[in-house]
Amino acid sequence: MSVNINIKNAIKRYGENTILSGLSVNIKEGELFTLLGPSGCGKTTLLRMIAGFNSIEGGEFYFNDAVINQMSPSKRNIGMVFQNYAIFPHLTVRENVKFGLKNRKLTKEEMNQLTDEMLRTMQIEQYADRLPEKLSGGQQQRVALARAIVIKPDVLLMDEPLSNLDAKLRVEMRSVIRDIQRSVGITTVYVTHDQEEAMSISDRIAVMKDGFIQHIGTPKNIYQRPANTFVATFIGRSNMIKGQLKFNNQESILRIHNTEFKMTTLKKSVNQNQDVVVSIRPEEFYITDDSTQMKGEVLDYIFLGLNTHYTVKLESDELIEIVIESSIDSIIQPGTHIHLGLKLEKINVFTQDGKENLVTGVENDNVQEKA
Amino acid sequence: MSKKKLDIWTTISFVILITYVLFLIYPMFNLVVESLVNKETQTLSFEYYQKFFQFPYYSNTLINSFKVTVAVTILTLLIGTPMAYFFNMYEIKGKSWLQILIIISSMSAPFIGAYSWILLLGRNGVFTNFFKSTFNIQIPDIYGFNGILMVLTLQLFPLIFLYINGAMKNVDNTLLEAAENLGYTGLRRFRTIVFPLILPTILAGSLLVFMRAFADFGTPMLIGEGYRTFPVLIFSEFIGEVTGDKGFAAAISIIAIGITTIFFLVQSYISNRKKFSMSALHPIEPKKISGIKNVLLHLYIYLVIGIAMLPQGYVIYTSFLNTKGMLFIEGYSLMSYTQAFDRLGNSIQNTFVIGGLSLIIIVLLAILIAYISVRRPNILTKFIDTLSMIPYIIPGSVLGISLLAAFLTPPLRLAGGVTIMVIALVIRRLPYTIRSSAAILQQISISIEEAAISLGASNLKTFFKITVPMMSAGVIAGAILSWTTIITELATGIILYTGRTKTLTIAIYTEVIRGNYGIAAALSTILTILTAGSLILFMKFSKNKDLSV
Ligand SMILES: Nc1ncnc2c1ncn2[C@@H]1O[C@H](COP(=O)(O)OP(=O)(O)OP(=O)(O)O)[C@@H](O)[C@H]1O
Ligand SMILES: [Mg+2]
Repeated sequence: MSVNINIKNAIKRYGENTILSGLSVNIKEGELFTLLGPSGCGKTTLLRMIAGFNSIEGGEFYFNDAVINQMSPSKRNIGMVFQNYAIFPHLTVRENVKFGLKNRKLTKEEMNQLTDEMLRTMQIEQYADRLPEKLSGGQQQRVALARAIVIKPDVLLMDEPLSNLDAKLRVEMRSVIRDIQRSVGITTVYVTHDQEEAMSISDRIAVMKDGFIQHIGTPKNIYQRPANTFVATFIGRSNMIKGQLKFNNQESILRIHNTEFKMTTLKKSVNQNQDVVVSIRPEEFYITDDSTQMKGEVLDYIFLGLNTHYTVKLESDELIEIVIESSIDSIIQPGTHIHLGLKLEKINVFTQDGKENLVTGVENDNVQEKA
Repeated sequence: MSKKKLDIWTTISFVILITYVLFLIYPMFNLVVESLVNKETQTLSFEYYQKFFQFPYYSNTLINSFKVTVAVTILTLLIGTPMAYFFNMYEIKGKSWLQILIIISSMSAPFIGAYSWILLLGRNGVFTNFFKSTFNIQIPDIYGFNGILMVLTLQLFPLIFLYINGAMKNVDNTLLEAAENLGYTGLRRFRTIVFPLILPTILAGSLLVFMRAFADFGTPMLIGEGYRTFPVLIFSEFIGEVTGDKGFAAAISIIAIGITTIFFLVQSYISNRKKFSMSALHPIEPKKISGIKNVLLHLYIYLVIGIAMLPQGYVIYTSFLNTKGMLFIEGYSLMSYTQAFDRLGNSIQNTFVIGGLSLIIIVLLAILIAYISVRRPNILTKFIDTLSMIPYIIPGSVLGISLLAAFLTPPLRLAGGVTIMVIALVIRRLPYTIRSSAAILQQISISIEEAAISLGASNLKTFFKITVPMMSAGVIAGAILSWTTIITELATGIILYTGRTKTLTIAIYTEVIRGNYGIAAALSTILTILTAGSLILFMKFSKNKDLSV
């Protein structure tokens, strides 16, 4: 059985420091929900409040309709995967996996059967009778995962479970986690500060900053239609360029330095002339011969095989980065003057304070209106 | 490099080996011979051993010692383990002070506790008389088994506490959380997770308590009365002028070593099988608890520590009382101190001379031996390492007897002098200091030394200019701890001392035996101050405040 986790106005204080001041989020049944944000933004804090290891200074935590604020961690039926795995060093792999089952009303046979199944699923049966210190990091990670899942928890919590692994294993374990989570369908809260990891495994992502959620949405929506400039820069790379919006008889014009673009993606409600911040991802530029487009001078390049990255200085002296698929002919040499076009349907336009995206299509499930 | 030229470390290894052969192997061998040779006929015989097991008067001491030791070990575990566990799991008021008190009480000489308890609960004790006159209650006798048990338990539970406290610091908090998360809390979590994790440490601590309790001589001597233990028997057989029989004492000594060896081996066997490496990324954070649980927790901790400190406190108090002959009388003064300095002032001096000399030699040898066994592992250094651990299982009085017997006559006539006292202290304390030095050395990367050598420094120069300075903070901290055990040493000293080489601890003991409680109290107070002072020094030098003994 899986649950829906609903958090209303969660408050967390450490002494004088308020880490979370009224955070609300609704995590749907069966989804893999990721908390993503820079170091110290309160991801672990929130996760440990769900687990019951941190006190809750205010707000309500619901599993379905039941408030769990006061429930002991041992009663919440949560499977938890710790960053350092927290595998019991004095127990064998099998005993570790079996550990939590001993608390369920199961016969010995059922217990052994479930354990064996799980060991097989996680492909660690050949190490079943070893002590964990003899295992590699990836194997230990599998044991930790097996131990957390075998008890059929209502909720699975993982705090940077892959951060201790090397890059290759990290990618491999992502799909292991994703597959297992899909097949058992447990509501999962996943913490990471690696955005690529978040993008690749999540159903939805909550981007956090300083204890506040900025944007909750699917990886695709967060990437393509970030709610604000923080999200735009934190997820992927974005060039932030100054611009102005101008409206005259039904036409919305975005002016960047001396170049004007006709915008069709702006929200209906946006009709005031104003200064804006334009967020353009490196791949949203293209090089063109059209001399009415933006002018720039190539300063440097990095050849990365599939793509080539160029650093370009605009007429406004702003430096931007663009990505062009590598062509067979030749690399544009530093000093070359080029013209840049924009893939207008993709770019995002923010208010000058960066707090609001003026383009339609932002799907932000974040209920709180603060920022 | 020419092959003929011996490596300086090989030379040093041989010198150390010869020293051990001379001052440890030879006396022990001598002891075995004495126990097996009949004095009159000069033939090989097992009659001393037969005599021991034939007469219950002797063999009972073995049973007595066993009972006391096992009971003490169990009780110290029952008191010390929960205390260390609570200290790490919960917030406790005045924690750091309590910790210091526990350390101080672990460092005092047990027999001082025994004599203080006699003053409090003995036949004519303060509490005894108080209960008799006020409530007309006769409180139970503290002489014999019960008394020894109480004194040694209160004296030795701090060791268990310190050991387990150290181990708890290595338990990662996430392990506890993972267990809780899987439905294990409280006692069940302790049993399934915490206990197995600290089991190796519990075993090591138990062994140390076992060895100390088994070998303790002063406590049963003072408070045991008819209840004679092994070390008491050894002492009286060896020293006793009428009944004394050196060959017999030697035989008993060998039996004693046999027993401690068995326990040592059993302990190492079990803990080697249960061993695994632990280090805590997230140490356990003590939690606040409230209500009746919190009250009970504090009550338990303060009560136990209070009782453990009571004898020390009372001794200090009595040191300021006026005395008349052997009795304490009304009024306060520094009388006891004046008398103590007049009559036994030189014992303080002796303590510093003998203790200081021993300490220097201990530190020097410990660094050298730790170095050769960690950095130059070969058969020879491994053998030396093993040799250096032997004293761990030799009870103090046995070591005393063996040294005295071996060096009573020329060519090496050392008995009666300062040298033999120093040798005894060095041998006894060395195993501990070597271990702590080796642990420090293992943390220093060898590449630093290799860098020095590649830059052209010689082996010795590298050792003194690079290795020793890097080890020094840890070694000094270890040395200070050794110092506190050196100045409270009794079992060996009492056999080897003469009027000229009487140390503070021995002086206290002899004054207690004579009934000069005032002087004994004054000297004990000085000893306590010395110990506490050393402790403060230790805390200055040691980066982490947690003692490992
Ligand atoms: N036990 C504590 N006592 C006081 N402050 C704490 C405690 N734990 C965390 N904090 C503070 O709370 C804030 C949020 O910490 P948290 O561990 O939740 O960050 P995080 O988002 O998980 O960061 P990271 O990605 O580095 O793990 C930080 O400023 C941290 O210093
Ligand atoms: Mg964190």
